[in-house]
Amino acid sequence: MQFLSLIARNRLAAAGGIVLVIVIALALISPLLPLPDPDVTDTANRFLLPGAEGHLLGTDHLGRDLAARLMDGTRLSLAVGFAAAFFAAFFGAAIGIIAGYFGGRTDNLIMRAVDMLMAFPYILLALAIVAALGPGLVNALIAVAAVNIPFFARNIRGVTVGLANKEFVDAARLAGLGHTRIILTEILPNVIPVIVIAMSTTIGWMILETAGLSFLGLGSQPPQADLGSMLGEARGALITNPHTSIVPGAMILVIVMGINLLGDGVRDALDPRLRSGALTRPMAATQVRRKGPVPASDDAEAVLELQGLQTQFHVKDRIYKAVGGVSIKVAPGECLGVIGESGSGKSVTALSVMGLVASPPGVITGGAARYKGEDLVGAPYDHLRRLRGDRVAYIFQDPLATLHPLYKVGDQLAEAILVHHKVGKAEARRRAVDLLKQVRIPNAQSRADSYPHEMSGGMRQRVGIAMALANDPDVIIADEPTTALDVTVQAQILSLLNDLRRERGLAIVFITHDFGVVAQLCDRVAVMYAGRIVETGPTEAVLDAPAHPYTARLIACVPELGGGRRRLEAIPGLPPAVDRLEPGCAFAPRCLKAQDACRQGEIPLEGPGAREVRCLFPETELKSEGVA
Amino acid sequence: MTGYILKRLLSAIPVLFGITVIVFLIMAMIPGDPALAILGAYATPENVEKINRDLGLDAPLVARYFIWLGNMLTGDFGTSFSLNRPVIDEVLDRFGATLLLAGTSFILCAILGIAAGVVSAARQYGWADKGITFAVLLGISIPSFFLGMMMILIFAVELRWFPVSGMRMAYGGGGFADVANHLVMPAIALAVVATGVVARLSRSAMLEVLRQDFIRTARAKGVGEGRVIWGHALRAAMVSIIPVLGIQAGFVLSGAVYIEMVFQWPGVGRMLVDAILKRDILLVQGGVVFVAACYVLFNIAVDVAQSLLDPRIKT
Repeated sequence: MQFLSLIARNRLAAAGGIVLVIVIALALISPLLPLPDPDVTDTANRFLLPGAEGHLLGTDHLGRDLAARLMDGTRLSLAVGFAAAFFAAFFGAAIGIIAGYFGGRTDNLIMRAVDMLMAFPYILLALAIVAALGPGLVNALIAVAAVNIPFFARNIRGVTVGLANKEFVDAARLAGLGHTRIILTEILPNVIPVIVIAMSTTIGWMILETAGLSFLGLGSQPPQADLGSMLGEARGALITNPHTSIVPGAMILVIVMGINLLGDGVRDALDPRLRSGALTRPMAATQVRRKGPVPASDDAEAVLELQGLQTQFHVKDRIYKAVGGVSIKVAPGECLGVIGESGSGKSVTALSVMGLVASPPGVITGGAARYKGEDLVGAPYDHLRRLRGDRVAYIFQDPLATLHPLYKVGDQLAEAILVHHKVGKAEARRRAVDLLKQVRIPNAQSRADSYPHEMSGGMRQRVGIAMALANDPDVIIADEPTTALDVTVQAQILSLLNDLRRERGLAIVFITHDFGVVAQLCDRVAVMYAGRIVETGPTEAVLDAPAHPYTARLIACVPELGGGRRRLEAIPGLPPAVDRLEPGCAFAPRCLKAQDACRQGEIPLEGPGAREVRCLFPETELKSEGVA
Repeated sequence: MTGYILKRLLSAIPVLFGITVIVFLIMAMIPGDPALAILGAYATPENVEKINRDLGLDAPLVARYFIWLGNMLTGDFGTSFSLNRPVIDEVLDRFGATLLLAGTSFILCAILGIAAGVVSAARQYGWADKGITFAVLLGISIPSFFLGMMMILIFAVELRWFPVSGMRMAYGGGGFADVANHLVMPAIALAVVATGVVARLSRSAMLEVLRQDFIRTARAKGVGEGRVIWGHALRAAMVSIIPVLGIQAGFVLSGAVYIEMVFQWPGVGRMLVDAILKRDILLVQGGVVFVAACYVLFNIAVDVAQSLLDPRIKT
């Protein structure tokens, strides 16, 4: 889809380019075409309609051939527009480079002047210049170029400032090169693409502006006529003979539209953000395209149960299997830790439950996510929305980014209540303050009026927790809520969550990459690797005797306070790319015990009782002892 | 807040000063004797002597500037020789009409542009997005004066919905309904380009914001999609839309000149063009300084609006 639309964009740009080339070619060869002289008047044949004999587009108010005048005018308009763009770019770039390269007082002085010029509504400035120089096409050109110089100067200066402190410029300076030489050989080549983009986006404007001045009678003077003056002269006969206005007006439209299309294409092609497709907006809920059958619920007690959940990212022709069939469940009052390295798919798993994975590119392709037995994958948006934040709530990492920067935290909390409860604003506010008190924020009443940027990281995280608690949910999914915090604050937040869980009997899914946190808070733990659970079981049992080699290595990475004897060992290699998973165990390439059998076929997650492992040669033989 | 407004007003003083310097320097580019240039066809010996005395035109450049500036500060913008009345009177008479036209266009471009941009972003790659994108491209490519002429042809001449021209507000006559009737077409013609620019920018600002984490938070709270888009996302996007609105205000204010010509609107723009063609330099000078100064003040209002919207701006 995205791929197609990018092509479509380029196609538009190409169409614009072709139109432009045709127009320019016509304008250039028109003197060679068998057209009547554009300046010969023939008052007997005034206002002939298009298609009249010998006059393809008819004649104007003086009986001059419109087609010939149109070609003349087009040539003039294009020449003036391009010339204005060239002069604006040339002088603007020169000023910008000087300001940016020399910096300091020079920069200050120049940019002050540029700001002054930009304080004018610029057509007004152009009018003032024409007023001083007198009407005329060259003067109009000067005026339009002059009012566009500040725009170029400011853009180019910005880029130059960035370049002026780069190593290669320093090197050139140290080599004893003169300023002129450095500017011409080191700075200018790097600035040219910016100049090209700026020109491609402004040249259309400049053609419009010069045509506008001519239209006002301040540009080209009779008998010479660019498209603007043709339109201006035709205005008197607009109602009686509209074709004399439509012909030049439509030509301006075609030219400027062609330039704008081409310019957009150029900019898109040079703008790396657009190329990667990063600027797509996520939809209200993750797309669902389930292929296989929906598994039936098999646990009546679990408040949240994921069954073989699969979530993928479809980027261009690549498919990233971020979540490759994850099954987990939590009972009321239980805390499940989901642990794994960055990119193991734990966050995507969590976000998939309520359809919060950014989509595009995210797609849920299989499995089920059951809240109290009811499958939420593919549930109608409105139903999903009603459950979000009300029954299943999220706490996110980094609350500076996850809280709205322009709303007071009290209002954000109140909103969480108001979207699910029909209560008055004052009541919502009262509850919001209560929530802030519950998460132990001092001066809750006044803190409710703070903006996120006015709070510390720990405070903001408490606000995030308060928001999750707002509607007394059954499940809280906490996605690395303490990663951004220092250790003491982290401990406070964890004990707060633990208390709330015991008091309210809420189920918590706690996503982290930190075994210390898991040990402190979680009853059970699920270890994720490359989008799948590789081991699961009661926290203590797993920590004491990890069965999967990956779990063992992960635990070995955690430094131990006081112990100190054990060697800290990083896991060699990197997690696999989830768009090219090999068959068999995904950890095999990094595993010391891997054998040929590990790289063949599906390895099931199995084990007796509460512990399960996805490994052919586990570190510990699992016995059916513990019960969850 | 009052302190912030005062601070912004104070900071406008050097800008206003700079504007007068620029206008003065541009006018000083006129070759030949300034008295003759200003008077043009009215250059009788008495007039030349009077204007030399009044404006100190035989004094050095710097002295001339300060005499001119001093006069303006006391409200004396000089006398228009083509109209034979004080420049400031003529400008004030006509500025109301321009303000009405540009103000209406500005409101139109802000509302329609933002709405179109938001819808376009919310329905990215959908039919609404494609339609709006095309309309925007057309809108920013069409010369406003040509659009105005076509509107006259279609809506005034063919359909007879609106009058062709003939707005007379500046010289009296016509009630609200009459003014509104005359206003519709010029205001739309003037707003089209600015609307396109605002829509484009709003779309990309919204796309930028919709990817942010706080939007996901709003959705995770259970906030409905309408409120997510038009509340959370738009509020954040306004921070980058408002400065563009400021620029577009300048665009409609000065672009009004074309529309005033097409629709015979009795505003400052048409006055300026007439003055340029008649080489009534003092009228041009006064009109340009006056409009530019108004625009500077308007931009202060934009800054204040921005600071009200974004608590992160130190006031």
